[in-house]
Amino acid sequence: MAFYRSHILVSVDPECLQKGAHEIIDALNDELVRSGLLDEVQVLETSRLGDPHLYGPDIMVYPEGVHYVKLTKDDIPYLVEEHFLKGRVVGKYRAEEVSAAEEELGPPKPKEIRVVLRNCGKIDPENIEDYIAEDGYLALAKALTEMTPEEIISTIKTSGLRGRGGAGFPTGMKWEFTRKSEGDIKYIVCNADEGDPGAFMNRRVLESDPHSVIEGMIIAAYAIGARYGYIYCRAEYPIAVKRLQIGIQQARQLGLLGENILESGFSFDLEVRKGAGAFVCGEETALMASIEGARGEPRTRPPFPAVKGLWGKPTNINNVETYANVPQIILKGPEWFASMGTEKSKGTKTFTIAGDAVNTGIIEVPLGITLREIVYDVGGGIKDGREFKAIQTGGPMGGCLTKDHLDLKVDYETLAAAGSIMGSGGMVVMDDTTCMVDIARFFMEFTQDESCGKCIPCRVGTRRILEILERICDGKGKPEDLDTLEELCVQVKRNSLCGLGQGAPNPVISTLQNFRHEYEAHIYEKKCPAKVCRALISFTILSEVCTGCTVCARNCPVGAISGERRQPHLIDQDVCIRCGICAQVCNFNAIEIN
Amino acid sequence: MSVNVVDGIQVYNTVQKVIEKHGTHSEELVPILLDVNASLGYIPAEAVNLISQATKIPASTIESVASFYSMLSTKPRGKHVIKFCENAPCHVMGGYKVWRALLEAIGIEEGQTSADGKWTLATTSCLGACGVGPVMLVDDDLYGNVTAEQVPEILSRYK
Repeated sequence: MAFYRSHILVSVDPECLQKGAHEIIDALNDELVRSGLLDEVQVLETSRLGDPHLYGPDIMVYPEGVHYVKLTKDDIPYLVEEHFLKGRVVGKYRAEEVSAAEEELGPPKPKEIRVVLRNCGKIDPENIEDYIAEDGYLALAKALTEMTPEEIISTIKTSGLRGRGGAGFPTGMKWEFTRKSEGDIKYIVCNADEGDPGAFMNRRVLESDPHSVIEGMIIAAYAIGARYGYIYCRAEYPIAVKRLQIGIQQARQLGLLGENILESGFSFDLEVRKGAGAFVCGEETALMASIEGARGEPRTRPPFPAVKGLWGKPTNINNVETYANVPQIILKGPEWFASMGTEKSKGTKTFTIAGDAVNTGIIEVPLGITLREIVYDVGGGIKDGREFKAIQTGGPMGGCLTKDHLDLKVDYETLAAAGSIMGSGGMVVMDDTTCMVDIARFFMEFTQDESCGKCIPCRVGTRRILEILERICDGKGKPEDLDTLEELCVQVKRNSLCGLGQGAPNPVISTLQNFRHEYEAHIYEKKCPAKVCRALISFTILSEVCTGCTVCARNCPVGAISGERRQPHLIDQDVCIRCGICAQVCNFNAIEIN
Repeated sequence: MSVNVVDGIQVYNTVQKVIEKHGTHSEELVPILLDVNASLGYIPAEAVNLISQATKIPASTIESVASFYSMLSTKPRGKHVIKFCENAPCHVMGGYKVWRALLEAIGIEEGQTSADGKWTLATTSCLGACGVGPVMLVDDDLYGNVTAEQVPEILSRYK
């Protein structure tokens, strides 16, 4: 076999071919012959390297890993001479490190460790060979040929991996329960119904690295003895659904799914099920009801899915991130995984940062990192130099934590003790212009709307809580409201059937605890300290600042502003709807909010 | 133009085609309803009856499933469906102002269809594009970082 000092990979996907990729290959070969380098440099065809509309035709040069883009055949002689004869990288053809996805997932920020996200943006998610080149399906081969199901389960147990869907149940134990359950037919399900507002890390994994989830599921199926599996993906993620379907198809073609996988005698197949827009289907029993074709309503547990799941058969349900961790643990060993994180929460976790942070988007950090590090080091601090006020972790069922909590280490137990949850990992950062009563009302509006209506504490309780919060925001709060709220929260939390109702009061409980003075200001002083709640604020024009430019009067949608040109203007409080447009358009900061 | 109510033959043909694709097993109900909803814009009562005959699932059960999921509609919808994300990440990024601009531009309330049958205005749960909030979906087109000022221009792209 011949050895080459360099390899040139030319992208020959349809778009690049159309833009002349074959001419590039011919020109490269001609030029290598002319320079006498044909024995040293090999030209190969490969699949997509980057977005062909931005970059094509493009080539990748190894071992340097330099990506040259937007080439024409006339560029080749210069490129070969400079790069391969003189050994100088040609800057002008080199790709800039920008792509469309950068807005949500840029290069790793300080303190990030990427395990689940390692392939995101680096491989072509629609090409299984790209995944295999990054050691993809090596873990599956190892599991099927060198390990027994019991060894896999014990490896996962040793690693300390816990369910990344939010509850944090030890994954290895769950697998063991399902394996030991009586039943000839068992199922495996991936919960890809990522419905938490502000959480989109699972979408990113499914869109950018679907095979890591598929591989994790096959290993899990082998460990628990399942022959068939479902990925339940929400319909709001059409690209994720498409890439999973392509991935499953490709895995079948290579014999990684289907009968007698890798000639091990183990058979397993998989299909994607689309949701239809019901948040509660992220709850595992509701999710299974939805797969069975029924209304997605939860049922009581026990029996747990490990005993009675899909169609009454033992079923193992994990979420996307949990499965995506599995191949890495099998390959690198449980000790590697357990070396990251805290005593009880091992490994890394993906989070999304949304709201008022400088860097919003997806991050992956080792568990045990502090909230302060997440907000300031990874998130880059608060936008526009404003002040940090609160961070809400764990999605709509999480609690709002204050700056006093910033030094908490993020793991399942610590967040729960502070009155919040890990949840799926959505984090909303809020600055000092946020009204916490308004935020609590807002989350309650969400859970009230998404309550499936099956059990009364959740259906009626969330409605009543919302009504009280709306009243307070409207300036009609009564002194006894706070006690009623607290009691309602306890009842809803204690008596609801599933996690949705049990978690729904968390934003209210935590804001009542941490920002009680804001509630009191709304009720007793009829004031909204953050100047957000419309019923409690008024707009006035500072006559000494107003220049009489008439911009506000012209933009007021209800004609509430009057005044002569070059004379101070006046807002008629009875007509004003407090939309705030005047404050936005005023060039002299003459509008005061009280 | 009024709201598009589909005729019986179209319903029949669509249901036949969808059932052929998915089969008649009860677990296929949600995929069947999703496909019918996608082709017809909503799930008319005739379609519920036809699906019931084919799958032997009681029409009442189908109706209860169809009305449970927010992506399935049992009422006719406008030519273009706007789904506006009403969740916290978009809200804190100024989503409320965009929502008001939408209400004003089209002149209908949430869940309504405009009299000319052009628009249906709905809110949606998180679309998972929170990095670019506020976000709205017009038919299958996703718009991120939307401002109130952009609303008329975005709407004008749809005929």
